[in-house]
Amino acid sequence: MRYTRKAALIAGALAAVALTLTACAPGGSAPAASQSLGPVSKSVGSGKITLTVWDQNTDGGIDQAQKELNSAFEKKYPNVTIKRVSRSFSDLKTTLKLALSGDNPPDVVQANQGYPDMGAFVKAGLLRPINDYADLYKWDDYYPSSLLKLNSFSSDGKTWQGDKLFGVSQTGELVGLYYNRAVLQKAGIDAPPKTLQELTDDMAKVKAAGALPLSYGDVEKSPGIHLYGLALSALAGTKVNDLVSGASGSWTGSDEVQAATVVQGWQKSGYITPGANGVSRDAAVDAFGKGGAAFLITGTWYLATLADAASAKDIGFTALTPDGSSTPVTMGGEGLAWAMTSKTKHADAAAAYIDFITDKNASEVLVKTGNLPTVVPSDSIPAEGTLAGDITRDYMTISKSNGITPYLDYATPTFYDTITAAAQDLIALKATPQQFGQTLQDDYAKFTKSNG
Amino acid sequence: MTMTARSSETVTTAARTAGAQRPARPGRRRRSKVAYLYVLPAFVVFAAFLGWPFLQTIQYSFYNWDGLSPATWAGFENYLSVFVDPELRGAFGHALVLMVFYAVVPILLALFLTALISRANALRGMGAYRTILFLPQVIASVVVATIWVSIYSQDGLLNETLRLLGLGDLARVWLGDYSFALPAIGFVGTWLNIGLCLVLFLSGVGNIQPELFEAARLDGAGAAREFFAITLPALRGQIAVALTLTVVSALKTFDLVYVTTGGGPGTSTTVPAFEAYNRAFNTGQVGSAAAVAVALTAVIMVVTALISRIQPKDVQ
Repeated sequence: MRYTRKAALIAGALAAVALTLTACAPGGSAPAASQSLGPVSKSVGSGKITLTVWDQNTDGGIDQAQKELNSAFEKKYPNVTIKRVSRSFSDLKTTLKLALSGDNPPDVVQANQGYPDMGAFVKAGLLRPINDYADLYKWDDYYPSSLLKLNSFSSDGKTWQGDKLFGVSQTGELVGLYYNRAVLQKAGIDAPPKTLQELTDDMAKVKAAGALPLSYGDVEKSPGIHLYGLALSALAGTKVNDLVSGASGSWTGSDEVQAATVVQGWQKSGYITPGANGVSRDAAVDAFGKGGAAFLITGTWYLATLADAASAKDIGFTALTPDGSSTPVTMGGEGLAWAMTSKTKHADAAAAYIDFITDKNASEVLVKTGNLPTVVPSDSIPAEGTLAGDITRDYMTISKSNGITPYLDYATPTFYDTITAAAQDLIALKATPQQFGQTLQDDYAKFTKSNG
Repeated sequence: MTMTARSSETVTTAARTAGAQRPARPGRRRRSKVAYLYVLPAFVVFAAFLGWPFLQTIQYSFYNWDGLSPATWAGFENYLSVFVDPELRGAFGHALVLMVFYAVVPILLALFLTALISRANALRGMGAYRTILFLPQVIASVVVATIWVSIYSQDGLLNETLRLLGLGDLARVWLGDYSFALPAIGFVGTWLNIGLCLVLFLSGVGNIQPELFEAARLDGAGAAREFFAITLPALRGQIAVALTLTVVSALKTFDLVYVTTGGGPGTSTTVPAFEAYNRAFNTGQVGSAAAVAVALTAVIMVVTALISRIQPKDVQ
């Protein structure tokens, strides 16, 4: 009796499972090939509108700028109310997918570039292409083409840097080399290094002088991308762009392996913070800020932190120049793209908002609050000799000469995990530079196969 | 006294009802139908919040799906990769290692401590002592993880202690070390679970009739003999409960790994629950994540079923 009932129960459960499985596949049907977009206008009308906006501007300076811009926008268009939802980068990354796939998504969102986020959203038809608004607001003239390309995809989401623009960015970013003049001088170095080879040579001198050459902490795993990305960009130059977008090149190429060899060499020679894989990024930045190391490789988003650090007056910023290039090339680009969802009912208002928070006036607000805008207004460049001045000038030179290479984790949906783990392996001498390159190439090959 | 009275009353009522019903139809079937009605509310809650999502997870596990765009049928591919993909295999392997640290070590240590403490019958402040031992279970796991991150850090408590003892050569960044990161996380689990086991065992020992110990002592049994002959057999039920709870907590580990290492260095501390989360929410591999989750559920069910076998049958 007991067993037959149990059997019936199991059979029932199996039947239910089978029923579910044969029901329609998750994710619904494919989006219509081409969305029909209505006529666009700069006017936001006069009816009451609530724009729901998801951003990741949670840090001090940028949060303040966003608040100022939002209230200025509401003042300019009294019929529009901004409903702001602000989350930290990683929280946004995990929750935005769910929010976008709902029936009532936000109107404007900040989407991360590359295949894992923007690519997946475009593939599912969740973002609205904004080429029509780019014409209307002259974004093509305002932004450097290399930066607009980072925010573009083909309409099926399969090819990054395709012909459809899906967003514009508010801030610029560079991963570069912060250096401490005082520590360098003690080692007999007068000028910061210009090439990767000079950097390695300087590290040797700093080490010989008894100081720590490079402050580095990678317990969060993402700094590995910046360390390797800087070295790779300093060797391969703008070819990194083709590598990440999949146009040409291989992760096992000579520059790719050489960059890994250089980085691993720093570890072998004892130039890097001991036990870096277990040191937090903040601890590494903090140690450098106190004058505890000659170099720090990280992004311009640490500008405000380092400008307030104990040894701020000694800290400078530079980027490395590859052989055969007249200007520096480094990894970076722009902050998350401000995109509009395909289900928004207020496309005109959304576009007006996106333009308002990224235009010249907005950029001035950003500079005032200690941020680096995507396009720096020529009349509000921070003074020369300051850290902000260094960073802004480097950014302007490099973005004008299209010398910005994309973040390596844009390459495939799983690349972030792959490269961050591989970089830890590389630093721990658990993988040779060749194995490191092969791991990345394997991930890439898997993606091209599944992407078709 | 009241207990006995009531139960005998119930028995008589049941017997009378059964007796009256027997000629028409067996009372058993009738009773079970009504019982289903009583179970219904609980079942509805279960079905809505556990049953349906679980079936959905099973469904997802048979697809290649990024969570957004249309899914494609994958058959058993995702399940196959649980065995074939070295990353996933590694994650399940790490969970097995954690089982040793979360279950075996705390239970052995707690048994030893129980044997010691149970001999100190008139220990003063036993209540306070128990509370302190149980404290790690009460603290939010994120807080626990953050505390241990600081203990294990370069200049943390552990390394400072080692240096103080002249063992500075052993000092290292524990959570960044390929060989030690997993045991370091496991040790946090040991620390967490030992209090739970001890409190369980001590309450079990409290239920043993003191006459048994007296008799053993009169017969000349030593402390060890007393423990193996009386305490250990009497604790079988508690040990089974402790094993179930700790083994499940080892297999389910997520928060500790998420806060302390994020699966690093490299992939040396990934665990199935972390992989399921990461694949579903970060890398857009919802199908694979679902397969990992289903496989993990299956493993937990099998392991708990095995453990329940050591539960004594006669104890209700």
